[in-house]
Amino acid sequence: MPASATEPLIDLKGVRFGHGSRTIFDGVDLSIRRGQVVALIGSSGVGKTTLLRLIGGQIRAQKGSVRVAGVNVGELDRKGLYALRRRMGMLFQQGALFTDLSVFENVAFPYRENTALPEALIRTLVLMKLQTVGLRGAAEVMPSELSGGMARRVALARAIALDPMLMMYDEPFTGLDPISVGMIGRLIRRINDAFGMTSIVVTHDLNESLLIADRVILLAEKRVYADLTPAELRSTDDPFVRQFVDGAFEGPVPFHYPAPPLVEDLYRAAPRS
Amino acid sequence: MQRLALDAFADLGAFAIDGIGRLGRAALFFLRVLGASAAVLRRFRLVTVEMLSSGVRSVLIIVVSGIFVGMVLAVQGYEVLQRFGASESLGVLVALSLMRELGPVVTALLFAGRAGSAIAAEIGLMRATDQISAMEMMAVDPVARVVGPRFYGAVFSMPLLSAMFSVMGIVGAWLIGVRLIGIDDGAFWSQMQAAVDVRHDILNGLFKSLVFGVAAGFIAVFEGFHAVPTARGVSSATTRTVVVSSLTVLFLDFIMTAWMFRG
Ligand SMILES: Nc1ncnc2c1ncn2[C@@H]1O[C@H](COP(=O)(O)OP(=O)(O)OP(=O)(O)O)[C@@H](O)[C@H]1O
Ligand SMILES: [Mg+2]
Repeated sequence: MPASATEPLIDLKGVRFGHGSRTIFDGVDLSIRRGQVVALIGSSGVGKTTLLRLIGGQIRAQKGSVRVAGVNVGELDRKGLYALRRRMGMLFQQGALFTDLSVFENVAFPYRENTALPEALIRTLVLMKLQTVGLRGAAEVMPSELSGGMARRVALARAIALDPMLMMYDEPFTGLDPISVGMIGRLIRRINDAFGMTSIVVTHDLNESLLIADRVILLAEKRVYADLTPAELRSTDDPFVRQFVDGAFEGPVPFHYPAPPLVEDLYRAAPRS
Repeated sequence: MQRLALDAFADLGAFAIDGIGRLGRAALFFLRVLGASAAVLRRFRLVTVEMLSSGVRSVLIIVVSGIFVGMVLAVQGYEVLQRFGASESLGVLVALSLMRELGPVVTALLFAGRAGSAIAAEIGLMRATDQISAMEMMAVDPVARVVGPRFYGAVFSMPLLSAMFSVMGIVGAWLIGVRLIGIDDGAFWSQMQAAVDVRHDILNGLFKSLVFGVAAGFIAVFEGFHAVPTARGVSSATTRTVVVSSLTVLFLDFIMTAWMFRG
C-alpha cells in the first residue's frame, strides 16, 4: 500500500453517519498526520466514540470515505479489516480487560492470538510492556483486584503490545485522580514518540490535552467544528470554542438533548379528563 | 373496539416479524459459528477448558439428580411390575427409560439451567463491558475465540454428562430395587444386559444428547452474544437461554423419538 511519509495516516472525507433517523455526523472532514497526538473534544453524545469506531471499522460510514494508511476502511472485508487492526490499538473507556485472565495473560493475549512467538519471548515482551506502564509487579494480579487507573494502564500495555502505528484512547482520563491523569497523559505522549505512533485522544480534560496534544479537534454540529493548535485554542475568540476552554455553563453549546419544548411535554403528561 | 382489534393485529404482526427476524439472525449466526469450527477445533485446548468449566459446573447436579431419578423409577416401576409378577425386569425398565429418554432429556434441561445460563451471562457481560469490542479491535474474531469453544464445549460435554446421569440412575435403582426391596441381584443385571441394545438404545440416546448439546450450547452463545449490553439485557438473555433451550430440547426430543422408534 502507498505509505509515503507525507500522506496523512488518517483521512476522512465527507463522512456521514447516523443511527436510524438520527444523524450523528454529516460532512466530517479530518486528516491526521503521522506522529501527531490529536485531542478530540466535544460535548457528551456528540459522537467522539462513534468517530473512533468509524476509524476502527466497527461501523461503516454511510457516505464519504474513511481512509487509514491509504486504505478505505469501509471497503475492507473481515480479513482486510483484521489485517489493518493488527496495526491499531484502542484503549476502551473502562479498560475492557478480560476479567477471566490475569494481568500477564491480558497483555500476552495479542501475542498468543496474532503471532507464533515462543513462550519465552512472549514473557519478555509482556514484562517489557508492563514495565512501560509501571505495572510489572502486578503481572499475576487478576483485573478485578486493580483500581480503575491501574486497569487502564494494563489495558494500555495490552493495546500497544503489537506496536501499532495508530493508538486511539477513549476518555483515558475520566474518573482518575489528578496524579494519575498526569501520569497517563505523559505516558501517552511518551509512548507515541518512543514508538513512532500516531495517537487520537478522546477527552473532556482540556488542560491535559493542551499539555500533551499537537492539535485539538472540536466536534460539534455533526462535523469538525474547529481544528486548532493548543496556542490557537488558548487565544481564540470563537464563542463556541471559548465555552469549552472556560468550562462555562451558559453559551452556545446546548446542555439539553434535543427535545420538544418543556411546556408541551408537561402538558402531554397531564391526565386528559 | 375496531381500533383495539387492529392494534392487536398489529401487535401480532410485530411479534411475528420480530420472531422471524430473530430466527434469521440465529441461522446466520449458526453458520458463522460453524464457519469458525476449523479454527476452534485446531486449538482444542480452549474447548477442553470450556468442557471442564461447564462440565464440572454440572457434574454435581447431574450425579445427584441421576441417583434420585433412578430411585424414583425403581419405586414406581416395582409397584407396577410386581402386579404382573415381573419385578425382576426392573433393571430393564430403568435402564431403557434412562438411556432412551430421561438421561438425555433431563441432562439437557439441567445443563441449560446450570451451564447454559452461565455461558449466556458470561458472554453477555463480556459484550456489556466492551471485552468483545476490544477483542475485535485486536483483530481476534470473538466467534472463534469466545463463542466457538463454549459451543463445542457444550456439544461434547452433553453426551458425557448424559451417560453419567444414566449410570447414576441405574445405581440409584439398584440401591432401591436390589438392596432395599430385595429383587434378585443377578436377575436385575442379566435381564438388563440381555434387553439393552447397543445401537437402538445406547447410540440413539447418545445421538439425542449430542443434538441437545448443539441446541442448548448454541442458544446459550447466541443469547449471550446478542444480549443488550446492560444489566437488564444480560439478565433477560440468561432467562431466555433457559426457557428457549428447555422448550427446544423437549420439542426436538419429540421429533427424534417419533423418528427413531417409528413402526
Ligand atoms: N447503538 C446506538 N443506537 C442508537 N444511538 C446510538 C447508539 N450508540 C450511540 N448512539 C448515539 O450516538 C450519539 C453519539 O454517541 P457517542 O458514544 O459517539 O458519543 P460520545 O461523544 O462518545 O459521548 P460521551 O462523551 O458521552 O462518551 C449519542 O447521542 C448516542 O445517543
Ligand atoms: Mg464516548
